[in-house]
Amino acid sequence: MEYFLQQLINGLTLGSIYGLIAIGYTMVYGIIGMINFAHGDIFMVGSFIALATFLALVAIGISALPLILFITLLVAMLFTSAWGWTVERLAYRPLRGSFRLAPLITAIGMSIVLQNFVQITQGARVKPLPPQIQGGVTLIEGVTENGTIAVQLSYMQMIIIATTLALMIGFSLLISKTSLGRSQRACEQDQKMAALLGVNVDRTISLTFVMGAALAAVAGFMFLLLYGVIDFYIGFLAGVKAFTAAVLGGIGSLPGAMLGGLLIGLIEVFWSGYFSVEYKDVAAFSILVIVLIFMPSGLLGKPEVEKV
Amino acid sequence: MTAAQNTARMAESVKDAAIAAFLVAVLGFFFFALRTDIGTGGLDLTYRWGLWLIAIAITFGVRLALNLFVFKAAKPITSGIKITVPSGVTSVVGRFLGPVLLIVALCLPFILMALFPNRDRQFIDLAILIMTYVMLGWGLNIVVGLAGLLDLGYVAFYAVGAYSFALLAQYFEIGFWTALPLAGLLAAFWGIILGYPVLRLRGDYLAIVTLAFGEIIRVVLLNWYEFTGGPDGISGIPKPSFFGLEFSRTGGFADFFGLDYDTIHRFIYLYYIILVLALITNFVTLRLRKLPIGRAWEALREDEIACRSLGINTTNTKLTAFSIGAMFAGFAGSFFATRQGFISPESFTFLESAIILAIVVLGGLGSQVGVVIASVVMIGGIEILRNLGFLKEIFGPDFEPTQYRMLIFGLAMVLIMVWKPRGIISSRNPSAVYKERKKISSDMVAQGEGH
Amino acid sequence: METAMKTTSSHNWDHNVVLSVEHLTMRFGGLVAVNDLSFNVGRGDITALIGPNGAGKTTVFNCVTGFYKPTEGRIVMRHGAGFQAEKIEALTRTGRQYDDDGDDRVFLLERMPDFEISKRAKVARTFQNIRLFGGMTALENLLVAQHNPLMIASSMTIGGIFNLPGYRKARAEAIDFAAYWLEKTGLIDRADDPAADLPYGAQRRLEIARAMCIRPHLLCLDEPAAGLNPRESTELNELLQYIRQDHDTSILLIEHDMGVVMQISDHVVVLDYGQKIADGSAESVRNDPKVISAYLGVDEDEVEAVEETIDQAIREAEEHEPDSDKGGKS
Repeated sequence: MEYFLQQLINGLTLGSIYGLIAIGYTMVYGIIGMINFAHGDIFMVGSFIALATFLALVAIGISALPLILFITLLVAMLFTSAWGWTVERLAYRPLRGSFRLAPLITAIGMSIVLQNFVQITQGARVKPLPPQIQGGVTLIEGVTENGTIAVQLSYMQMIIIATTLALMIGFSLLISKTSLGRSQRACEQDQKMAALLGVNVDRTISLTFVMGAALAAVAGFMFLLLYGVIDFYIGFLAGVKAFTAAVLGGIGSLPGAMLGGLLIGLIEVFWSGYFSVEYKDVAAFSILVIVLIFMPSGLLGKPEVEKV
Repeated sequence: MTAAQNTARMAESVKDAAIAAFLVAVLGFFFFALRTDIGTGGLDLTYRWGLWLIAIAITFGVRLALNLFVFKAAKPITSGIKITVPSGVTSVVGRFLGPVLLIVALCLPFILMALFPNRDRQFIDLAILIMTYVMLGWGLNIVVGLAGLLDLGYVAFYAVGAYSFALLAQYFEIGFWTALPLAGLLAAFWGIILGYPVLRLRGDYLAIVTLAFGEIIRVVLLNWYEFTGGPDGISGIPKPSFFGLEFSRTGGFADFFGLDYDTIHRFIYLYYIILVLALITNFVTLRLRKLPIGRAWEALREDEIACRSLGINTTNTKLTAFSIGAMFAGFAGSFFATRQGFISPESFTFLESAIILAIVVLGGLGSQVGVVIASVVMIGGIEILRNLGFLKEIFGPDFEPTQYRMLIFGLAMVLIMVWKPRGIISSRNPSAVYKERKKISSDMVAQGEGH
Repeated sequence: METAMKTTSSHNWDHNVVLSVEHLTMRFGGLVAVNDLSFNVGRGDITALIGPNGAGKTTVFNCVTGFYKPTEGRIVMRHGAGFQAEKIEALTRTGRQYDDDGDDRVFLLERMPDFEISKRAKVARTFQNIRLFGGMTALENLLVAQHNPLMIASSMTIGGIFNLPGYRKARAEAIDFAAYWLEKTGLIDRADDPAADLPYGAQRRLEIARAMCIRPHLLCLDEPAAGLNPRESTELNELLQYIRQDHDTSILLIEHDMGVVMQISDHVVVLDYGQKIADGSAESVRNDPKVISAYLGVDEDEVEAVEETIDQAIREAEEHEPDSDKGGKS
């Protein structure tokens, strides 16, 4: 029971990170109907920016940890947004209205470019960062024949879950209440019509990429803090899993992406905890296949009716 | 052009270049200017302001030069580059390109031996590699180009083929020629098993599911240590024999034909094996295109619902495309295994699938010659970057050109796609003709479901 | 009801039925698109299915051609003459999809997948928004429609790969058959042009030619005259008459163009809100107050007054051109 609870907490933490990345996929898919293959690598770029910012802040002598964390978060979001914007501008916008496969290929190309750019400029070796936030609250302590087991909720996990929750609420408000959100939904429905009604479609799409990248940066920073080790290749797996989460939740739906992220996190953690660590990726991928076969519109997505 | 216009253009160009430089400054700050490395007490941060400034300066200069001399207008590079070739030229080239390429391919090893006597092994090996990708491209072209099914996990079947042969050789001591058809059949079988449940999915979903299958197979190969050797892979895979003759120092091919033993014989032999395999793939594809099944694939790509209204069993039609494509990947896989003599899951990552798909799309969906051109450009291009040792003399001994290979590869993918979204050769040849054969322009040809 | 009328009526749709729709109901979630609809299509007839927008006409088509699975009801297709009531009842009880013994084959369409309906029951269809294979030539479009016989002729591709004589012959015949229909639809000069390149009216005709290439017993046309100019509309009428007379193909069509409907239909079925409100010859339906009220959105007791006006309008229109009321369709 204690073990189960501990896994549950770990799963929710990991799931929050996947959920944040998944929002980027789901927003972009919703608005221009493409799989932004490079989004996983934007997450990776975000984590590298966060790492460098963190080290730079420490190097210039700022010692208050909360301040460092806060500045790092902001800087990472800002600069990663610039990357998200650039990728869209260079690789997707010229192909808007072109054939479906073309942006998918440029997305894969961009993914390769980002990975190799980071590998060249930052080196191929992993970057370990010692745990920065230590300690936590012991929720339950249980006794088994092997000794005591405690269910720990670390401060780290609290920060991750709280930040995710805050961002989720913020973004939901942004999408539902502001004119930007309205433009986004208009573009989702019909880009041509939105343009005729005076919505700046290019700008709206760019902003979608920017928001997705900012959230991916948050996820990247969380990932760095949680695992304490990053390399140039983390974007691929995290990206595929986050995409799985977006599909599982129903692509195009923001709450769906978050829910899907949490579920994928839980599945992965429980699978590792109870079955085998080696096959945890197989578990995530199998879920993706099963969901798509039996429930292609996901948990919270709108069902599609075939138009004849 | 008046002086005022010139000035305005100049000002625009400079402004545009300045924006580009600023963007690079922002994007590159954490990658050029700062670098993290593992040091003594954890991670060290090093500062590289010089590199950062150089990158900004280069961007500004190159962008300005492009604006002034190439685009001739303050027009950004990404708003589409149109280079038009007169249609007469393309049609003449189109008619003779295939036969010329075939003749070159047939004589290639001897041309290479004559031209580069010192480096012939290396070049023939490169030709083998390119030809493998040509074959894979042709195989995937059936799935993506003809049937319009977006497959991002094609490498899975390549892996099935390679591991089938390697394991058959390891456990049953079966030779290459016996294993080759078995590997193809096994891959086709896996194509059916994996394809059956997922082929009714829409375009993008199909893409992501096939990607998942590709990764599942790779992870299983990686972790099933007892059977596949896990990350260590399988080594000692036998080489193909020439009608029972080994390519050995004594008593083999060279002795039998009274030649001096030379390792190049085996390279040439491998080259011709893959050439023949690729040509079979090409022949079968071209034949299938003219048959009802091939026409049904293309019709499926155009409009699935209309197909169903005409009595075509779309599930079976998709499955045949998927499994025939898988079969050719299986053949190519077992060839890869015998050529390398060693395989491990590392050779079958998603990147391989992406490269093969890129070759098909860049070449022009459904175009057989396009695949050849794209393979030569992309794979040959990557390999040329391996040989840029002389750049070390310019940029210093720390400069390692090979690490830029994939970066340039990715950039090339993006640029070619932006330049020609429909691929290099994009017109379609009709599969049946009543009076006059007319090429069909790419604007009319659909690319599969879901768009 | 059917047996009673069999002896008294001279209408094809009462005694020689190619397709019968029986108590068809189609629900989408809470929405009832078609409600307990029954009608017959007579062999050799041109039957029109009409009704205001949203009446459920296309839904009926999609049920007949298998693109939707009906919620309730039975759809029977007959290749042989007569009702074959016993055979159909027996087939319904067995749970099988069709009985193709001998010449009088019967099919329960609601049980069959879409492609089997076209392949076995020989029901062909066109689409409201034309669905041609745009990147393929007109000829190729018609060859795709002959997929199943050509697959058999190519011994499931194996014989085709080696270009065996049997396949070569079948292929030449298929091209001849396609050329025949291209000729009939006036498209033979555009045989090697991509379908997407053809003008709109030609695309409509090509879609009909393509449907005819499956050699159908029943041809279902979803708004074949939509977007055609008056001359094309007249040509379409001639083509449909030709198909019905020379090819032994019954036609079921959805149409908004009343000029077309009244001119060529032997039998008109009127739907409103998913239910049948009238069923009979063109003449009888035209004068049915229920139909007029459904189309005009007036109550039944106001109909007579309106009817008068309409009759006058029709008379005037017929004096000028039969197609002058072309504007009023979606």
